[in-house]
Amino acid sequence: MDKAEFETPELKEYTVVPLVQEGSMAHSKPFVAKPEHQEQLGFPGELVDDWKERALDKMGELLGKYRSLQVFLDACVKCGACTDKCHYYLGTADPKNMPVARQDLLRKVYRRYFTLAGRYFPALVGATDLTEAVVEDWYRYYHQCSECRRCSVFCPYGIDTAEITMAGREILDSIGVGQKYSNEIIGKVHRIGNNLGLPEPALADTLEGLEEEVEEDTGVAVKFPLDQEGADVLLVTPSADFFAEPHVDGLIGYGKVFHQAGISWTLSSYASEAANFGIFIGSYEHMQKVAMRIRKAALELGVNRIVVGECGHAWRVAYSFWNTLIGPFDFLDPAYPAPQHICEFTYDLMQRGALKLDKEANDDKVVTFHDSCNVSRASRMGDMPGGQFIIPRALLRASCNHFVDMAPETINENTFCCGGGGGLLTDDLVELRVKGALPRMQALQQVIDENGVTHMAAICAICKSQFTKVLPYYQLGMDMIISVHQLVGDTLVLGDEQ
Amino acid sequence: MSFEVNGKTYETDEEGYLADLSQWNPEAAEYMAKEDDCDLSEYHWEVINFLREYYEEYQIAPAVRVLTKAIGKKLGKDKGNSKYLYELFPYGPAKQACKYAGLPKPTGCV
Repeated sequence: MDKAEFETPELKEYTVVPLVQEGSMAHSKPFVAKPEHQEQLGFPGELVDDWKERALDKMGELLGKYRSLQVFLDACVKCGACTDKCHYYLGTADPKNMPVARQDLLRKVYRRYFTLAGRYFPALVGATDLTEAVVEDWYRYYHQCSECRRCSVFCPYGIDTAEITMAGREILDSIGVGQKYSNEIIGKVHRIGNNLGLPEPALADTLEGLEEEVEEDTGVAVKFPLDQEGADVLLVTPSADFFAEPHVDGLIGYGKVFHQAGISWTLSSYASEAANFGIFIGSYEHMQKVAMRIRKAALELGVNRIVVGECGHAWRVAYSFWNTLIGPFDFLDPAYPAPQHICEFTYDLMQRGALKLDKEANDDKVVTFHDSCNVSRASRMGDMPGGQFIIPRALLRASCNHFVDMAPETINENTFCCGGGGGLLTDDLVELRVKGALPRMQALQQVIDENGVTHMAAICAICKSQFTKVLPYYQLGMDMIISVHQLVGDTLVLGDEQ
Repeated sequence: MSFEVNGKTYETDEEGYLADLSQWNPEAAEYMAKEDDCDLSEYHWEVINFLREYYEEYQIAPAVRVLTKAIGKKLGKDKGNSKYLYELFPYGPAKQACKYAGLPKPTGCV
């Protein structure tokens, strides 16, 4: 198994920007996708002979298709504002993990082949030839960016590093060098409907087990309906919610909220995944194909609303892209947001007095909140600016007497990635994941020391799995990480007395 | 990649999971566990056997709650939780136990 062959960074009292260590993460790269993982997505099975021509053709195609990419490649003035903003740079000290340097791996090739100055005077403008070594660097370092976009918040030009990483990965896929983790998973969604490859009978069995468990615990018959035609709400949630801890307690929380609100709902075995790894590899086509399952399921089941469970990038795709990817949603009830986040859904019920919470049930906990990058920097909730920060916290304050925030430079739009986002939540990158978690661990340790924090809540399946894995490396308990809807569900008063 | 036990060769993926599930047998499980410095006790085997039975029926490893419930029923309520499973399989019950059981590694956000 993945035994630690690296040193976990030491938590200090405050963030220290490390001195650069050239090449300290040059050895880090994820497993390359096998031919069968590549071909199922329509990519070449392995590195093609004419990789150089194809890579440049692809770059040209992307530059033509996405004006943003060309602007981002042209606009950087090397001001350095981004250099110390990346969790992977702070955790690894590898200078190629400074966002500007990581972008430059693509930018220098762009300049060489697509700009006048770079074609004639490459040395003067930092332009270099596309060589095998450059492709290797792309593979390594475009898999050391979690597409979290924290650096973009600080960039005076608003350069979106994630888009450059996505372009890098798209070019790599097009020449036959894809990443196993993401591409295998996307194939499973196309075939089976979810990242896990959980077929309908297993999903039905799992949900049945949850119904028994909740009834045993509470005495109330909370249902977890599957493929129920005519339900009011279709819930799409990351498949980790069915499978893993602490995710499943969040799913139980959603079920309790639906039950208590008396709103009929259903999961779909065809669209049994909210996550959409198409975005991670920059593929519009696969992102659309993955998302289309949800539209199809909603139409077939005849629902009036679509609610999205706790998943960071799923919410980015849903909130920011669904309308053009799989819209219009004119078949849904216009009285509700389409799509609606589960936190918005629960918050709305609370505002209307439809839920009664007994906060004291969580009095044994002091809770903080980890903002997930895609929710924070690429979406919104509710009808107010900053709703994506306000609403999850409102749910926590309503269900916990003891809530504290971490340091302001590490929350809201300044949040640090958990270290496992963007298609990097795989054991072959565990060193990167542990080191990349450093800034978040530092901020967490501070509120543990100062406020006695016992739990950190999150609304993203990747964050939850990542922290379960990396907390022990920092001598913290893996069960500190918890779903927001677990805390809600544990305090929700079930029954008819309201 | 591959390993050999008693003259038989087992193909694996990069992380040591069996490439061909039908090749699995208890000796292969013992070998893979030894490589991770893990001695398989009867308690480990309860988990491994359940995983194999479940996989046979559903073509997927059981969700953690399905597993803890089944183990709780077999070995007693105090063992029906993931804390107990992590004691047996410190690298994570889903991944480590699946490996010894010859099942593919669970994929996704887990």
